[in-house]
Amino acid sequence: MSNQQALDGIVVIEFGAFAAGPCVGKYLANHGAFVVKVESRARLDGFRTHYPPFKDNKKGPNRSGVFAMNNDSVHSLGLNLKVPAGVDLARKLAARADVVIENFTPGTVKRLGLGYEQLAAIQPGLVMLSTCNLGQTGPRAQHPGFGSQLTSLSGFTHLIGEPGAPPVIVYGPYIDYIAVGYGYIAVLAALEHRRRTGRGQYIDLSQYENGVQFVAPAILEYQLLGTVATRQANRHACAAPHGVYPCAGEDNWITISVFDDAEWERLVKVMGKPEWASSLRFATELSRKENEAELDELLGRWTRTRPADELMQSLQNARVHAAKVNSIADLFSDPQLAHRGFWRPVTHKEVGAHHVEMPAFVLSETPAAEPSPEPCLCEHTEMVLGKLLGLSEAEIGNLAGQGAIELSSPVTAGRNS
Amino acid sequence: MIANNLNKKPGALTGCRVLDLTTPLGHLCGKILGDLGADVIKVEPPAGDAGRYRRPFYYDGRGDAHSLFWLAYNNNKRSVTLNLEAGDGREILRRMARKADFFLESYPPGYLDSLGLGHEALLKENPHLVVTAITPFGQTGPYRDFQAEDLEIMASCGVMSLTGHPGKAPLRISLSQSEAWASLYGAMGALTAYHHRQRSGRGQFVDVSAQAACVILCAHAPWFWDYNRENPTRQGEYMTGRTITGAKLRTVWPCRDGYLTFIIYGGPAGQKTNRALTEWMESHGCAPDFMRQKNWDEFDVATITQEEVNQIEGAVGKFFHDRTKAEYLKEVVERGMLGYPIASADDILADDQLAARNFWQPLMLAGRIEPVRFPGAFAQFSDMDCGVRRRPPLLGEHNREVFRDEMGYSEQQLERLRASRVI
Repeated sequence: MSNQQALDGIVVIEFGAFAAGPCVGKYLANHGAFVVKVESRARLDGFRTHYPPFKDNKKGPNRSGVFAMNNDSVHSLGLNLKVPAGVDLARKLAARADVVIENFTPGTVKRLGLGYEQLAAIQPGLVMLSTCNLGQTGPRAQHPGFGSQLTSLSGFTHLIGEPGAPPVIVYGPYIDYIAVGYGYIAVLAALEHRRRTGRGQYIDLSQYENGVQFVAPAILEYQLLGTVATRQANRHACAAPHGVYPCAGEDNWITISVFDDAEWERLVKVMGKPEWASSLRFATELSRKENEAELDELLGRWTRTRPADELMQSLQNARVHAAKVNSIADLFSDPQLAHRGFWRPVTHKEVGAHHVEMPAFVLSETPAAEPSPEPCLCEHTEMVLGKLLGLSEAEIGNLAGQGAIELSSPVTAGRNS
Repeated sequence: MIANNLNKKPGALTGCRVLDLTTPLGHLCGKILGDLGADVIKVEPPAGDAGRYRRPFYYDGRGDAHSLFWLAYNNNKRSVTLNLEAGDGREILRRMARKADFFLESYPPGYLDSLGLGHEALLKENPHLVVTAITPFGQTGPYRDFQAEDLEIMASCGVMSLTGHPGKAPLRISLSQSEAWASLYGAMGALTAYHHRQRSGRGQFVDVSAQAACVILCAHAPWFWDYNRENPTRQGEYMTGRTITGAKLRTVWPCRDGYLTFIIYGGPAGQKTNRALTEWMESHGCAPDFMRQKNWDEFDVATITQEEVNQIEGAVGKFFHDRTKAEYLKEVVERGMLGYPIASADDILADDQLAARNFWQPLMLAGRIEPVRFPGAFAQFSDMDCGVRRRPPLLGEHNREVFRDEMGYSEQQLERLRASRVI
């Protein structure tokens, strides 16, 4: 029984690659938008080819996990923008679209004849999102970048690590996904504006500026207090203990954080009231803070022999802040994520059965659509051209002959088996 | 003394009313809707929102403390106080809900329901309302009632297992991030539901989980498990998972006045970077033969061996050691290389790119004579306003404006409500 989705009927054309553009399209598709990813064998999305994981460690454009993360539920259209007939088709598609998303280096789409002014001339109601590293204007607009480094420029890396020691980078392109959220919000806001006024518009999104929103308290701190916020490992100015403690087994950890004396008493009770915990040195917030290193050491000795899952449960039963540090594998057995249906199974032609992520928000009346897997390269060329432009099989064959469009090749599964 | 920066163009949500009952987990969500033009009324308990007690504080001329976290995420809001544990407080909120478009809250699951103000009751009061609840784990499920602050959310979303040094304790980011992420997804969900409401006339309930929102911080790491049953872990200042040989790549480099980020990449952008870096090193007489002779056009990072990585990184590390952060930023931009210095708040405030785009918005805070530079619009829209119009409110600053002028309560009624600690 398929439900109605909130964004049914919205048509999105995405000229993008990597995370910041495509993942916006993925989320729109999860809520019912018809999203077309424009691709070409001559210009593959870097996430199809550059990085692992590849299914069974065999490289291939239809075997990439990074691509799967950012592109479930969208349709792949093979279009060669290097030939005039290809650009012409792109413009016809934009004329049928509500939203165009692109994340090339500033100026690129304009050179292709697909800039906002060029497309708005044929579709005045168009909402176009350009998302890039530093924004479309300014002295460094042209500078290309990947999220991992931009995460450093925006102040996050500086805030991770032991005080006084070199900082540690966060795993992925952190800032790209901040920009994905803001990009999605910006698109829906512009669609509302169009509903009210009949006018489309252009959105210039700087991933850098999005990142700065997430460090705003530190920006104010420097101006108002003159201090530079820096890394403090896992310590917290107003809580002690506030840390990560080892548990039984290999690389298993639990967080414990205590925000007031009553919570400390509950923790001491769970620990079976050991003598050390009754010491005056740990009795009040200020004294625990004063003796935090010793507190961490003693608490760690208590946690070390206990399984993280059980400990989390017993501390939470006593209303003490505690959480197992989930490993990546644990995320797939986490009962809460499972309860929310966060991971959804899909079956991909080449990869086989695997999972995709659902949005973190669940709508009561118009829940997300059941996802389809990330598309194989050019998988939906015929379907998209038929649906949006009403092209016949013969016309499609003709365009393919001119090299304007690219059709899916037979599935190459089994290369490794 | 207090200047509000009022812009003229309408925003996407101009004319919308938002009731914001959020704790720190949801502050940014209300701010985003406010930045888009909505009239956001922060409904606080008479003692003030929990976010007002988050340190560090700045003290104004009168000695009043203002939480910087609270200031950062509550602009474009008006503040009223309301004790929801009192019957009159609940009745006032119900009246407000009838005229609202969005209702945001982040109390523990079940709390508002216990007061008769749960989403079902609110939607009965106003079927057009979009009700969004942001909680650590969501409204239902085995972890629904678990206690969680930033540290617990960052642990349960998996990202901490990827952050820090191997064999040592996993790390969080020292500035709370999960609240911003939960709020970001909250605003995404609220606007998705609003889009549907504008077409159908029907509101609905949006259930946001901070844990689920933060799983995206693991980026593509889950697919190592999903595809190949590999369990990625933290690698200190190295990046793994970019090569199929298992070679790890350094990400953080000491320089003369701090640290830089540089990662060996493949693909066209990486190939160009490696070539440009070689040229830059050569201009200082620091490029070893193997780097000058390498055919970077065919460089593939996925198949690089650890030996090759070590060779390149040894030379690069020596070169970076004598560079400054400013010099690095200038050269990577001019040479079109991938890489940035590791910046802190002072560097960000001094950045000429942000200044050139008029990103900072001057904002006069209560009790200040100089404006602060506030992070401005999250996007530049060609046809509508977005950004900071109004400074964060003082506690209950708009009680009279909202309760008397807009809702019609008399001074005597307000006096009575104040005496019984309803407002």
